[in-house]
Amino acid sequence: MSRPRLIKESSAPLPLDRELLVRIHDLMVKTRVLEERLIQMYKQGHGYFWIGGPGEEAFNVPLGLLMKKGQGPEYDYLHAHYRQSGTLLALGEEPIGALRQMKNTASDPYSGGRNFAGHFSLRKYNVAPVSSPIEVQYSIAPGTAMVQKRVGGDGITIVTGGDAGTAEGDFATCLVWSSRPANPLPVLIIVTNNKWGISTAGEGQHGETRVSERGKAFNIRSKTINGNDPVEAYLELKEAMEYVRTERKPFLLEANVSRLYGHSSASGANYVTEEVDCLKDFEKRLEQDGVLTRQQMDDLRNRYTEDMAAAARIARDEPLPEPESIWKHIFAEDK
Amino acid sequence: MANMAQAIRMALHYAETHLGVTDIFGEDVGAPLGGVFTCTQGLKTTWNSPLDERGIIGAAMGIAMGGGRPVAEIQFCDYVYNTIDLLKLAGNTCWSSNGDWNLPMVVRTPVGSGIRGSIYHSHSFDATMTHIPGWKVVMPSNPLDAYGLLISACKEQNPVMYLEPKALLRVKGEERIPGEPDDDRTLSKLIDAPLGDRSQWKPQWPEALEAFAVPIGKGKLVREGSQVTVVSYGRTLPLCARAAATLADEGISVEVIDLRSLWPYDWDMMKASIQKTGRVLFVNEDTEVTNFGEHLVRRTVDELFYSLLAPPRLLAGKFVPGIGLADTLEMASVPQQNDVTTALRALAGEQP
Ligand SMILES: Cc1ncc(C[n+]2csc(CCOP(=O)(O)OP(=O)(O)O)c2C)c(N)n1
Repeated sequence: MSRPRLIKESSAPLPLDRELLVRIHDLMVKTRVLEERLIQMYKQGHGYFWIGGPGEEAFNVPLGLLMKKGQGPEYDYLHAHYRQSGTLLALGEEPIGALRQMKNTASDPYSGGRNFAGHFSLRKYNVAPVSSPIEVQYSIAPGTAMVQKRVGGDGITIVTGGDAGTAEGDFATCLVWSSRPANPLPVLIIVTNNKWGISTAGEGQHGETRVSERGKAFNIRSKTINGNDPVEAYLELKEAMEYVRTERKPFLLEANVSRLYGHSSASGANYVTEEVDCLKDFEKRLEQDGVLTRQQMDDLRNRYTEDMAAAARIARDEPLPEPESIWKHIFAEDK
Repeated sequence: MANMAQAIRMALHYAETHLGVTDIFGEDVGAPLGGVFTCTQGLKTTWNSPLDERGIIGAAMGIAMGGGRPVAEIQFCDYVYNTIDLLKLAGNTCWSSNGDWNLPMVVRTPVGSGIRGSIYHSHSFDATMTHIPGWKVVMPSNPLDAYGLLISACKEQNPVMYLEPKALLRVKGEERIPGEPDDDRTLSKLIDAPLGDRSQWKPQWPEALEAFAVPIGKGKLVREGSQVTVVSYGRTLPLCARAAATLADEGISVEVIDLRSLWPYDWDMMKASIQKTGRVLFVNEDTEVTNFGEHLVRRTVDELFYSLLAPPRLLAGKFVPGIGLADTLEMASVPQQNDVTTALRALAGEQP
């Protein structure tokens, strides 16, 4: 698992098809522009709170592209956290949904105006509702994986969360439940390590050199990767997913990523210049390798910026949910 | 007649063979023990979980999301507290996803005093649980209802918290469960695991068991009366029924309601009774401050004030941090027979 990958040498040619590279880039730009629009909406008072994933596109986009997309245990489940708009867009979601959620309109497709931006829920693609309490998704993930293992097929469960959150017992729950020798589970356990809790640095949060090393104690195959490189992320995710899919065993993947706009609007949501910008780096390489020209990439960004502004105008004028709708969906009707 | 533990087991057997229950699990729920109270012996979908309550509730949620139908057990409700945020999450999943996701899952947990369980095996959970919207909450007081409520719970599209009064798990019912054999010893031979080695043992489930369902949200009029209403559930219900019988001899007519479902609850039944009698006592054994019965008192005052002949009363557990092991301590902490009878007698005699 630890053989070196040539992709780390920036002189080596990019080891993915041009079409795929262009697609990944397109989705990364779309995600970045969406997040910047969400931040702008928040700053203009068109939303109460922003949290999202600028800085994580290089990891989240490949994840969405590689998921086996559909509803039910034959397909992959995603127990996501709140920084994964890139994954959702890669699954095929339109950005206006996220804008509607930011504006908490009745048309918000993920929560009907009830939840924060970035708190997706999409049953048709097995995306479990994102919850504000961090890490609880790690306790829930073994459940879907158990069903998948029983049903057969190659559907897997993917769970993601932050590095600081691994201090919660739910993370241990996931390691324990997915690795019992009597019943190992097909779970891809992902930790995106941006080196921060909200304002508490990693050193103040946890002592292991790599979070992925916690897998060792459970005999879980694990790896730490550079989540700021979409090519590495794609190849490593593919390999890890194939392992979980065929072996029906867990895999712990730690991805080092950047947090480009701080924790959330609670910490200002301003661009952090010291962080590696995965999009800028990727564009440099695409240009160098002659995959795309600067002009093409600038055009793309401008086009998405215009699209997003238009979508935001639509969302802005849409009505809020009716007050009486608080009584809707407390319980599911018999189906 | 079957006792409550046997009734639960038979309902679970019915549910896993007819209602699509896929997983009955929790600490020591599977073989060889079949649950510390024997409620899950011999069932085919049981398995033992790690000793991790958060994992148990989380897994139940995940199994429900994946299309399974889990019945999870928390060994004692005292240990469900470290899952409280997951319970909240399970309760709000349908609402927060605007109806996109629903969780058909049942959580069973034994509650209350009566087995000399000391500080960490005697807790009540009704007030805490009824404070978490999105769940249905039930608590039977006899084996037939235990069976029927569990059948309903296993048909639900929503999370159901099924509270089992520990003190009543070994009490035999007065009514037979439809399909249960006529003779208790026969039943025991069929479905109770032998002591010692049970590796070769298999239960023989009564074949005639039926989908007898007690609808969630419907109370039971246990005894008609005209002067006082008493509303209870779980362990204290039989105390109320006995008190009513005693007071009948004194010429006091008590109407007894078994609430059975705490959420949603049968307000129509309570309302009709309170309007008839003008006096009501709510009885449970949870601690009395911010007690579920306090909600019922408030609603009674709000809606039925002008029908009342006396203030609505609550008889509940003392607001102390735990139930002490000594017999005297437990008896002093939660309502006993005498407390119920005395409270009802006093309420019946109270004049405006
Ligand atoms: C159980 C819980 N405790 C505290 C919080 C408040 N909170 C929100 S995000 C966060 C930091 C999370 O850091 P990390 O897990 O590293 O994820 P990141 O946001 O950096 O991606 C905290 C403390 C919360 N949402 N849930």
